[in-house]
Formats: sequence, C-alpha cells, structure tokens
Amino acid sequence: MWRTPAGRDSQGMAIIEVNAVRKAYGRRPAVDDVSFAVEEGEIFGILGPNGAGKTTTVECIEGLRVPDAGTIRVAGYDPVADHDQVTRILGAQLQESELQPKLTVRESLELYASFYPDPADWRPLAERLGLAEKLDTRFAKLSGGQKQRLFIALALIGNPRVVVLDELTTGLDPRARRDTWELIEDVRRGGVTVLLVTHFMEEAQRLCDRIAVIDKGRIAALDTPSGLIRRAAGSTVISFTPSAPLDDFALAELPKAAAVEEKQGRVTIHGTDETVNAVITLLARHHITAHQLRVSEATLDDAFLDLTEASA
Amino acid sequence: MTTTLTPARPARAARPSRRAAGAVLKTEATLFRREPAGLFWIMVFPTVLLVVLGSIPGFRDPDKALGGIRFVDAYVPVAVLLSMIMAGLQAMPPVITGYRERGILRRMSVTPVRPSALLGAQMGLHGVAAVISAVLSLTVGRLAFRVALPHQLFGYAFALLLAVLSALALGALVSAVSRTSKIANAIGSAVFFPMMFSAGVWLPVQAMPDTLGRIVELLPFGAAAQALTEAAAGSWPGWDHIGVLALWTVLLSAAATRWFRWE
Repeated sequence: MWRTPAGRDSQGMAIIEVNAVRKAYGRRPAVDDVSFAVEEGEIFGILGPNGAGKTTTVECIEGLRVPDAGTIRVAGYDPVADHDQVTRILGAQLQESELQPKLTVRESLELYASFYPDPADWRPLAERLGLAEKLDTRFAKLSGGQKQRLFIALALIGNPRVVVLDELTTGLDPRARRDTWELIEDVRRGGVTVLLVTHFMEEAQRLCDRIAVIDKGRIAALDTPSGLIRRAAGSTVISFTPSAPLDDFALAELPKAAAVEEKQGRVTIHGTDETVNAVITLLARHHITAHQLRVSEATLDDAFLDLTEASA
Repeated sequence: MTTTLTPARPARAARPSRRAAGAVLKTEATLFRREPAGLFWIMVFPTVLLVVLGSIPGFRDPDKALGGIRFVDAYVPVAVLLSMIMAGLQAMPPVITGYRERGILRRMSVTPVRPSALLGAQMGLHGVAAVISAVLSLTVGRLAFRVALPHQLFGYAFALLLAVLSALALGALVSAVSRTSKIANAIGSAVFFPMMFSAGVWLPVQAMPDTLGRIVELLPFGAAAQALTEAAAGSWPGWDHIGVLALWTVLLSAAATRWFRWE
C-alpha cells in the first residue's frame, strides 16, 4: 500500500478525491462546491452542458488551476503543492492544445516518453492508435483526428495510474471513435483509472462505470448510467395513435405518468412499467385500438436533459 | 528518524528531470534547424551585410569621422550586435509567444517537466546562434578585410556575453507582454528599428553627432557597441558602458519575469 506524503494511510480505494472545490473567474463561479471520489480502476465520467464547469474541474485535478476553496487529492497528493508527484502518475489529454508545428509524431512520442521515469513503449501505442504510418509526419500536417489520437498516445505514454481525457473523441470519425473506446477499455483492464469528460451520451453510457452530471458548476447527479436513466422522471416512453379520441381526464389519472402530450392525434406518455399496464387497461376499457404502439426505454440523453433542466 | 515510510523522492527525481531537460533542448535544436529563414537572418545576414559594405572601396579607407579607423573596422561590432538583435528580438519572441498561444507550454506543464525547460532551451539556442554568428563576422572581417581581431579578448567576450543576455532579456520581455505571436511580431519590429539604429547599423555610434551619440550610449545596444569597439581597440571596455548594459539586462529580465504568463 502506498502512503500519502504526510504518512497517512489512504481512505478506502479512492484515487481521486475532490472535496468541496470552488473556483470562480472574476465573480462568476465556474465550479461551485463540487465533491466526488473516483475509485481506483474505475472509468468515471463527467457529463454536462457547455460551460458547466467540467473542464475547470479536471484542470484543478491536473494542477493547471488552483481552486479558490476545497481540497483535491490524487493518490494522496495535492495537484498544486505536490505537482511533480501528480504529473508522474497522471496522464492528461487537454481539450485545446497543440505541439510544435514542425515536430514529427515520432519525435513528439520520444520526447514525451523521456519525461517519465517508467514510460510505455511508444511503438505499440502508436500502432494501436493508427499512427504507425504517420511517424515522420509533422504535427502541423496531421488531420484533426490524427492530432487527437497523438494526444491520447501522449496521455498514456508515461504509464500513468490515472488518465484524464477531456473531450476524448471530439473530431474523430465514427470508426476511430469506436477504436478509441476499445483502447480505453483495454487501458482500464490494465488497472488504470480513467476520468473522462464528455458530452457524447453514447460514449458515457458505453464506457463509464459512474457519471457525475455537472450543471452550472454544481453536481446535479452522480450515479451509474442506468441509475441516472432510472432516476429521470418518465424513463419509459409509450406512444401510440388511438383509433378514437381519448378522454384527457382518463389519461391524467394514469399512475406514475410524468408527462402526457398529444400532438396530431399521436399520444406520447412518459412513465414507468406500471404506466404501460395502465395504458393498456385504459384502452381496453374504452374499446380503443392503439395503432403503431411503441414502448421504449429512455436514453441517457433523456436523463441528461431532464437532470440539467431540473436544476435550471 | 521516526517516519521512514515516506517516499524518498528528491534524490531520484533529479536525474530523470535533467535527462528530460536535455531531451527538450535536443528537440528544440532540431526544430531550430528546421527554420531556414530564422537561421539566415541570425547567422548569415549580418556577415553578408559586412561583406557588402566592406566591398565598397571608400569604406576601406581610414575615416576621420571615425577617429582614424576604417568604416569596415567600425562595422564588425555592428554586425556582431545585429546578429543578437535578429536572434533575441526578431526570431525568438514569435516562437515563445506561439508556444504559449498554441497551448504547448500548458501541455508540458502537466508532465513532470516544467515548461520553463522550453523557454530555457529557446533562449540558449538563440544565444548560441548569435554568438556563432558573431564569431563568423569576426572571422570574415579578419580574413576578407584584415580587420584586427579584438585586442582585449576577455573584455570583448565579456561585453559580447552581456550584450547577448540583454538581447535575450529584451526578447523575453516582448514575449511576455505579447498575447499572440502576431502581436509579438509587431512589437518586435517596433523595437527592432530603434535597436538596430542604436547599435549603429545605419551609422556607427562613433560617427554619430555628439548629442545623439550620448543618448544612444544610454541604450543597451549603443552601450554594447561602444564597449565592443573599446575592447577591439585594446582597452578593457569602459565601466560606464558595461554598467549601462548590465543595468538594462537586469531591468529587462526582471520585467520579463514579472509579466510573463504561462497561458
């Protein structure tokens, strides 16, 4: 077991601890009282609308920004005070950064590998990220997706215990995106903790063990992807076109129905499994046929919109 | 000796970081060589200018306005200073500002290597390039125009080193106050012409009218030109010129350190 710099034993298995962190730019708070803990070996997602404070939060964890209040620990180290220790165990892919325009892919991989005490072999890494053909290409000549993949390689090159990936697959085509997801799953299988900032629901749902939804600088919800979906009001969506007009009154009586709307003869009801049975009973009682009946699970998308609207 | 389990790090940490700083320097040197325009203006242009001017017959005759020496003799220190101005003021600030603007410094600050390693490498490389260019000007001056090598060699080297430092400090200050590399280019050019003038590119300082010469001597490259000329003639450079140059170097470095932003 490792020890914290003060010689204390770590609490539980958390490798990243964020405690009541606050950060304001001028008078506008970007991050307002955010707390969460990421467990070792976990893929932890931070999800939120643009400008919600996601990037500021991870920049505090990376030690790029100093929080106004609160504490952060990465493997027991303070990202600002113990910056050297943190940089050795944390690999980062920043949202917006570049490399020297005339530096080749090979040179940048070799250079960044030399920064770390125990770096990964960059050749298989480059191969895995589809950069093997581009080793002698200068940074300025790479496409957006190739640059992005190079930065993912640089985040992993130091054999980190934690990787922080900010907008991992932005700029990647669907094929490269899927390959990257597989790579991240492999990385985690190797015992590395992944902190992922994203606004792609599909990505969050596929990769993350747990997700913190951040909105307006605060944590709106923290749960597993399926937990978030269940938590959202009306996680089951029922829609149909009734053969005869339905009594609005009867619809409003439905149990657990969060929202009922009727548009151009088509009825959409958000509810739970219980609502589905009630709707079928109701229709049967009134001898109404439901044309094109569809029952679907809400997606993380719906849950996300629900959560971020609720706190508005 | 109660807590023995705390990780012993500083001793082990020192070596990889020095190796990494070496790798940064090596990489920046490679990139430096990939900028032919920069190399030309720093390493070739000052000597070419010296050769062009030295080829004009009248400039190879002793000149009373210059205290009896030839124009080409007076111009060697000017070419030497020109290389420093080119390196410190023209070439370096857009590079450093670009590194900040493009987030290259930021990316490096999340690695175990401090981004200051990049700045150190850039300043070192531009400084070395300026010194090589100076040696080239002295050599060509000696071989092509029989300009005597500096008689007070240590004094010359000392003044030269100080002049390089002040040029780098000035360039660092320009990088510090410029938000983008475009602004760095603009500010660099605005400062470039007065600095070239004071170094004597158009008219060697010795040949300037009295009052103008006095004013120019208070500027870093005017003082440097005088110090180099004195050392070339065989005396230790005057402490007034050395003092002015040193004061500028300190002030410019302090201002650059004060205002530099990493992002």
